[in-house]
Amino acid sequence: MSTPKKPQLTPQQFEELGRDLDALRQRLLDSLGEDDRKYIYDVVKVQRALEVAGRGLLMASSFPPAWVAGTVALSLSKIIDNMEIGHNVMHGQYDWMRDPAMNSKMFEWDNVAPGENWKHSHNYIHHTYTNILGKDRDIGYGVLRMDEGQKWHPYYLGNPAYAFALMVFFEWGVMLHDLEVDNLRTGRKKWSETAGVRRRMWHKGLKQVLKDYVLFPALTGPQFVATATANATANLVRNIWAFSIIFCGHFPTGVESFTEEETKDETRGEWYYRQMLGSANISGSPLFHIMTGNLSHQIEHHLFPDIPARRYPQVAGEVRAICEKYGLPYNTGGLPKQLASVAAKIFKLALPDKFWAKPAGPRGRTVSKDGRTLRVA
Amino acid sequence: MTAQMDRKRRIPGLRLLEALATPHSIDRYLELVHPMLTIRELRGEVTSVHRSTRDSVTLTIRPTRRWRGFTAGQFIRVGVLIDGVRHTRCYSPATSQHSADGRFELTVKAHDNGRVSRWLHANARPGLVLQLAPAEGEFTLPAARPEKVLLISGGSGITPVISMLRTLCAEGHTGEVVFLHYAYTEADVPYLAQLRELAGAHPNVRLLLAYTDVEGGDLHGFFTEEHLRAAAPWFADADTYLCGPPGLMAGAREVFTALGAAHRLRTEDFAPAPITVDAEDATGEITFGRSGTSAANTGRTLLEQAEAAGLKPEYGCRMGICFTCTSVKTSGCTRDVRNGELSTDPDSEIQICVSVPVGDVELDI
Repeated sequence: MSTPKKPQLTPQQFEELGRDLDALRQRLLDSLGEDDRKYIYDVVKVQRALEVAGRGLLMASSFPPAWVAGTVALSLSKIIDNMEIGHNVMHGQYDWMRDPAMNSKMFEWDNVAPGENWKHSHNYIHHTYTNILGKDRDIGYGVLRMDEGQKWHPYYLGNPAYAFALMVFFEWGVMLHDLEVDNLRTGRKKWSETAGVRRRMWHKGLKQVLKDYVLFPALTGPQFVATATANATANLVRNIWAFSIIFCGHFPTGVESFTEEETKDETRGEWYYRQMLGSANISGSPLFHIMTGNLSHQIEHHLFPDIPARRYPQVAGEVRAICEKYGLPYNTGGLPKQLASVAAKIFKLALPDKFWAKPAGPRGRTVSKDGRTLRVA
Repeated sequence: MTAQMDRKRRIPGLRLLEALATPHSIDRYLELVHPMLTIRELRGEVTSVHRSTRDSVTLTIRPTRRWRGFTAGQFIRVGVLIDGVRHTRCYSPATSQHSADGRFELTVKAHDNGRVSRWLHANARPGLVLQLAPAEGEFTLPAARPEKVLLISGGSGITPVISMLRTLCAEGHTGEVVFLHYAYTEADVPYLAQLRELAGAHPNVRLLLAYTDVEGGDLHGFFTEEHLRAAAPWFADADTYLCGPPGLMAGAREVFTALGAAHRLRTEDFAPAPITVDAEDATGEITFGRSGTSAANTGRTLLEQAEAAGLKPEYGCRMGICFTCTSVKTSGCTRDVRNGELSTDPDSEIQICVSVPVGDVELDI
């Protein structure tokens, strides 16, 4: 929600901020090279090895230890494929290599959401209009109330239930997100306009379902059900993980949202400012960062979405120093803290504003009752 | 379709494997075992390297099983990894198109400003794996071999025409073949020993070496009518194939045109001709639709202007032959710098490395 508590910068400061971050960006661009290529190919090797090992172990899926080990390996494979490889490659982070196998136009991930649809919703809409209410369709994904600026409606009483369902079926949610159902409902978009999007969904979804729920189970003969269950579990684990990491990127307490008026005629510096204030990081170990696709560095990612994600931890200290220089918050915390903060928001915003909101008017007009704040008048 | 059936016949179960590997291609798994195991992607492994002149390197390349060969005179797009970035250049094989094991040779001359050629010259080693594309190009001999053939080359332009010579020799062609090559000095002639050997072994082949910087060759100086008459007095009734630096190309075209034989001259540019566009005439704005940027027209090629605007469009030869940079022009008019031809249709594919905008242009990159 747009509030007056956002740190204010002067036009000169905005300009300077833009220059500082542009300089950092240029330095990163200039240093891209063989190390980055080797890194992403090493990650691919690990992911493919986990995938092959997982599928291999599941050839004996009726043997419980093999089922467990195979499911774990396959879950890890899907997480790495979607996050450190797929998300980042499809961002164009490796386009500079001019390698078709790592090109944003060509890459597909192990996920039912077709890359081409996702790139439009994500790279263009979400990354351009980050946290602008009414423009960034990732605020609540059209189903949840994730920002105080979204008007309450009795429908949102189901907020926690919708969030839970979205978490469990996250890859399908991401896929359907590209249909822009809300825009179809309001008539801003015609059903016929979604023909291409629907065709790609159908093709991609079919291939993924065929692979995970028909072909691989069938290869294991009488263990069909055990293998299909294992594959479903791996998809579920990836869904829960991806949902958790992504929701911690923009929805923890303290992350700011913006209005369209606020962001009209934005300068480069103001765009950077919005990206920093609209994102939150998750602290953790180097392995944890890789498993999140370095989206644990959401702030750095939103500043430089097309720079290889392995560079985000390297520059996090500098970005933080830049935040401090301009008195801007750098929202970060451990996974439990950020997750709890997101969960609290999901429950809080399910309720009408009067159950929790501070008054819009002058201060001191609230009555606190059992920890709940009620708006008076 | 033929290729597909071909593949199915050769690798049973490929369709099933591909369905299991989806969304990734099988090659993405196989290449992790060994880069030459790819099924769909064309690659070539360098099996031997030798440096025949001080600034050129000859690579023998063993292609992957999908390779379908080439026709003498054609070129191949070769991708080389330099500091993590793939650079693509076009090279013509120098060997006969008839090869029992599919291997072919590329000779690369290190140019002062040639990032790829200098890199290959310094770093190519047996075991190096290069990216390949199917052979392309129309600079080829007719299937019914001509009775008399004149092959003219200069510098590293020798590769497509020596391939023609070697192919004709391998076929036991008996018609007259004259091979006229231009170099600074004898030390700069690639394949000198092989050329002499071929000329010695085939009575129908005559080798003429012209040195521009020193005396001592069969001919001296740049291409002239006298050179032509000395090499092939029958040129008006024969096919001439020419590949060389811009100076030689222009000189030869002039002579052939003056003698009314331009229609018998087939040419292949191997070095980008300097593109000259009057910057005064540059007007309008270029919009790069997909990346949401725009820039005022500077009169340079769209590829250069896109790069100046910070974009990284794909490109290969930068001289209009490989079509790597082909992009959709959404609207506006462009001029092909090679022939001045205008493209006015909206939503048409243009080669941005040889197109300059005429007024406002929108590109889908």
